[in-house]
Amino acid sequence: MSMTADYLELSDVRVEFDGFRAVDGVSMTVLQGDLRFLIGPNGAGKTTLVDAITGLAKATGSIRFGRSDLLGRPVHRIARLGIGRTFQTASVFEELSVLQNLDIAAGAHRGPLTLLRARTAVPATVEEALETVGLAAHRERKAGELSHGQKQWLEIGMLLVQNARVLALDEPVAGMSADERQATGELLHAVGADRTVIVVEHDMDFMRAFADSVTVLHAGRVLAEGGATDVQADPRVQEVYLGTSGSRGEVA
Amino acid sequence: MTGKAVGGNVRRSLPTIAGFAGIAVALLVVAPSLLSAFRLSLLGQFVCFAIVAVGIGLAWGRGGMLTLGQGVYFGLGAYVMAMHMKLDDAGPGGVPDFMQLYGSGEVPWWWEPFRSPLVTLVAVVAVPGIVAFALGWAIFRRRVRGAYFAILSQALAAAFAILLIGQQTTTGGTNGLNGFRSFFGYDLFDPVNKRMLFFLASATLLVMLLAAWQLHRSRYGELLVAVRDQEERVRFLGYDPAMVKTVAYVLAAVMAGIGGALFVPIAGIISPEDVGVVPSIGFLIGVAIGGRSTLFGPALGALAVAWAQTSLSESFPSMWTYFQGALFVFVIAFLPGGLAALSGRRPLRRRRHGGDADPTDAAPAREEASV
Repeated sequence: MSMTADYLELSDVRVEFDGFRAVDGVSMTVLQGDLRFLIGPNGAGKTTLVDAITGLAKATGSIRFGRSDLLGRPVHRIARLGIGRTFQTASVFEELSVLQNLDIAAGAHRGPLTLLRARTAVPATVEEALETVGLAAHRERKAGELSHGQKQWLEIGMLLVQNARVLALDEPVAGMSADERQATGELLHAVGADRTVIVVEHDMDFMRAFADSVTVLHAGRVLAEGGATDVQADPRVQEVYLGTSGSRGEVA
Repeated sequence: MTGKAVGGNVRRSLPTIAGFAGIAVALLVVAPSLLSAFRLSLLGQFVCFAIVAVGIGLAWGRGGMLTLGQGVYFGLGAYVMAMHMKLDDAGPGGVPDFMQLYGSGEVPWWWEPFRSPLVTLVAVVAVPGIVAFALGWAIFRRRVRGAYFAILSQALAAAFAILLIGQQTTTGGTNGLNGFRSFFGYDLFDPVNKRMLFFLASATLLVMLLAAWQLHRSRYGELLVAVRDQEERVRFLGYDPAMVKTVAYVLAAVMAGIGGALFVPIAGIISPEDVGVVPSIGFLIGVAIGGRSTLFGPALGALAVAWAQTSLSESFPSMWTYFQGALFVFVIAFLPGGLAALSGRRPLRRRRHGGDADPTDAAPAREEASV
């Protein structure tokens, strides 16, 4: 859409916890409009890598989004640069309504005077996001009353109104029904067209159905990268996945 | 749509407005006509505690910051006011009586600005506000929270009381500051003026409640609840939670300071005993019992507890402490929402779903799309 496409560029990223290298020299580039899946066995460093991108984990190397260097900035500054994320466990504000959740997500730039007044109208971006994620009919409900899938959609909606250019989603379809997975995949494709999306996922069927490209992590390193079918056919990938053949989907 | 929403807001606000009217009538009409001058003055002191409680409701109830040291800010406001009143009583260029007795007979330099009524009024708000900002920002930026924050704030109250006790010559030490004769030129021995002080405190409480109401309704109020429940999540939305919390903490401190400043002329004394650990916890108990996250709960709880304390300690002098402890344990264990939770509805839980649209009727668009 835009003249210059956004991209997220990691080079030689390392994260170390007490001598243990959770991420050990990862380099990758994710372009706008490319729905990138990040897969790998447990402990491969997928979530830690997302933590590094979003400022939660201290990392070395270089992480750049457009012209901005993300490393070393506090979490909320990185968020303001347009990097948004979700968590494995949906973390919405359960005491607040769906509308209030989205309104807060849309408001990081608001000045003190706006903050001290009550909301008089629903911002257009919030209204749009309510439609996009399919929660328009639930706007007045407390977020804590939503189903698990709806909470994940609310989280994605919050990223949209937050105006995130990079969306890092940590296992967005875990615990969802087949219909919900399908809906989520379509949603990700819709919102990912003009954004940079990284999905950490274990569900291989979901990956096959919706991934544009895949990066496989193993022991903190990039093991393989490419299209979903290529990556699944890669013998090294099959090996780290318990030595099974390419039919990982059935096992996972 | 907009017109309907506005109408809905007014309808939703009706119980709150009725609450304001009820409190206003009780304090400004009923109490003055029923109570003796002594009881009214006592109630005036409780109203000052209730002002502190409104602030605690904001910081603790809405913001999740268990402030065990509000006595510090109550004390700062109170001592600022007391210093002015002592200087005022001593006359222009005069020296307060206790300084002549215990000190060098000279007014220390940091007392001098408080000869001015204007400086005093500004300082009642500014001193607690600035101290709270400096402390709050330092504490919340380092992500100190929960029990650690509570312990820190309590240590602060203890340190403050000890500091005051140690400065006999400039703060009156254990005796504190007392023996005031006038308040901004009004004779404090005149019953009419004492009555006016009660009205002043009550009106201030209502104003503080109005301010708290606006904060609850505002976007900031929603953000504060969000920070209370999911601080990390708020960070990932691009907010700095330390700033959000500091603002609530400062507001609570300012309210405590104002309560303290009004307490001095009504009670006629401020001493380290009124600002240390025990009164700081005392402030909290009323808030917990009344319902910390509600609008009126903290203030009403503070009034009720203070009233009960006076009545009970008059009849059973040694029993109050036990009763207070038992009540606190009971509320924390069985009524975490406070007495306000007993009414079955939270006065400030606005925008409950229900009424206009039944959410179960309409499946979300995405679900429809996916089937």
